[in-house]
Amino acid sequence: MLQINDITVDFGGVRAVDQVSFVLKKGELLGLIGPNGAGKTTLMRVITGSVTPSLGTVRLEDRILNKLPSYQRIRLGIGLSQQIVSPFRSMTVLENVAFVAGYHKTKNPIASLFKVNRSPENEEAKRLLNMVGIEEVASSSPSNLPLGYLKRLELARALALKPKLLLLDEPLAGLNQVEAVQLSDTLWELNRKGQTIILIEHNLSEVIRICHRLVVIDNGRKIGEGEPHMVMNDADVQSAYLG
Amino acid sequence: MEYEISLLTIVGISIIGALSLNMILGFCGQISLGHAAFIGVGAYTSSILTKSGVPFLLSLPGAMALSCLIGIIVGFSSLRVRHDFLAITTMGVSFLFTGVVRKQEVLGGEMGIAMIPDPGWGKLGYMVFVILLVVILAIFSLYLKRSWMGYTFDAVAEDEDTASIVGVNVASFKLIAFALGTAFAGLAGALYAHNVKFIDPESFGFIESITVLSMVVIGGTGSVWGVITAAAVLSVFPLWFQFIDDYKLLVYGTLLCIVMLFSPQGLSGIVADLKGRLVNSKEGLHAAD
Ligand SMILES: Nc1ncnc2c1ncn2[C@@H]1O[C@H](COP(=O)(O)OP(=O)(O)OP(=O)(O)O)[C@@H](O)[C@H]1O
Ligand SMILES: [Mg+2]
Repeated sequence: MLQINDITVDFGGVRAVDQVSFVLKKGELLGLIGPNGAGKTTLMRVITGSVTPSLGTVRLEDRILNKLPSYQRIRLGIGLSQQIVSPFRSMTVLENVAFVAGYHKTKNPIASLFKVNRSPENEEAKRLLNMVGIEEVASSSPSNLPLGYLKRLELARALALKPKLLLLDEPLAGLNQVEAVQLSDTLWELNRKGQTIILIEHNLSEVIRICHRLVVIDNGRKIGEGEPHMVMNDADVQSAYLG
Repeated sequence: MEYEISLLTIVGISIIGALSLNMILGFCGQISLGHAAFIGVGAYTSSILTKSGVPFLLSLPGAMALSCLIGIIVGFSSLRVRHDFLAITTMGVSFLFTGVVRKQEVLGGEMGIAMIPDPGWGKLGYMVFVILLVVILAIFSLYLKRSWMGYTFDAVAEDEDTASIVGVNVASFKLIAFALGTAFAGLAGALYAHNVKFIDPESFGFIESITVLSMVVIGGTGSVWGVITAAAVLSVFPLWFQFIDDYKLLVYGTLLCIVMLFSPQGLSGIVADLKGRLVNSKEGLHAAD
């Protein structure tokens, strides 16, 4: 479904991602792990188009995405839950999700003027907030919520796009262990129902518990790939994590 | 009666001008320091059209169309620059407008255009027409805010990068905001020209742009009622009190600073705040029961 080919990213003189390639099959739950500053978020941003690679291609199904602006890639079926949360603070939690759930109503900008009804999107938003376990703050402003809530809002908003491919950048950050296990169960359940997912996460026990396959990067390079337990026992991977 | 009629006409035209900028700045979050230039384009277009024999009512869509067209062109610059840079670019548009118009013989140069034809409806008829347009534009603004376009403008106004990461075609929405806002600015200009019957480049200079901006900011960017109130008050005061007219820039500048420093949400923010306190104090009473 997704093909990352030789992606290289330079920020000024710093090479943040160095010739990384991997493929993702439909229905897979792939863990993308690596130490801080490894280049995981940068790789996500290459997929969504907010960072332009100096080399390499990103292919979703049969389309090369490189030349497309972000919003078009999103509309081809990519949902991103960002590491750094960015809720719309002028909207309530529910409005944030409902707005995105109405993506088909905003597809044609001019036609969006003639659409007013928000109830189906509000219902869908309630369902998603319920699924990620933050329905009780639906009518709150995101400004006063703790990180754990905002992370789940970010996830609900990505799901509202009904993406073919869900990109999750540290969705468990800010959650306590109980909440983290609950949310990983939700992700696992989504995946079981057919959702393709790339999961970036530092909570390794949860990653190993739910992912089918891992890709490990360190210093911008891919240093390991395969079945979770095998990858974690690899000498290179262990030394990258232990420093 | 004569005086009230002309007052209401002027207030109505100011409200249309302010509501038009509100679509760009209030709804979509795009700063414009050159809005009077678009009002000017509308004023010049309709004046030239009516002077060459086109009926007044037909000159209005003409004014709106040309203003809108130039608005879209300027809107393209909002795709390249943001925030402070957009402010400076649109300020440039303001000076460009006066600079260009001054040098055009066909546009009357420094002397401007005089003896603009009267629509022939009498003062009262013209006032009624203006007020009718104010009502239509206010209803349209309120509707727009509730539509999915308004919903999307909120997202774009707050955070363009996040908007595009949830699938919003930010560029198109910004261009639409400029197109709508400048079209209605053109309408305001045409109404102004046929009210005072005389226009010159200075009628649409930087000071006028700041005046419209003050109305929107003081009313509370985005709030239709706030902007209507502020536009009404700010356009009436200089007519009632000569000293405000003399020190227009000083008064508006001071008001702008006060609003930006103490209540960035403007009048509508103050009203919302008071409402909130009222509700809170009621809840407090209940809690005390
Ligand atoms: N916009 C940017 N400009 C310059 N350097 C950047 C930029 N974004 C990231 N970097 C650098 O690129 C490298 C990779 O960063 P990235 O955020 O992708 O790492 P990460 O794997 O997501 O780390 P973490 O686990 O801490 O989130 C880091 O050295 C970082 O400092
Ligand atoms: Mg990261």
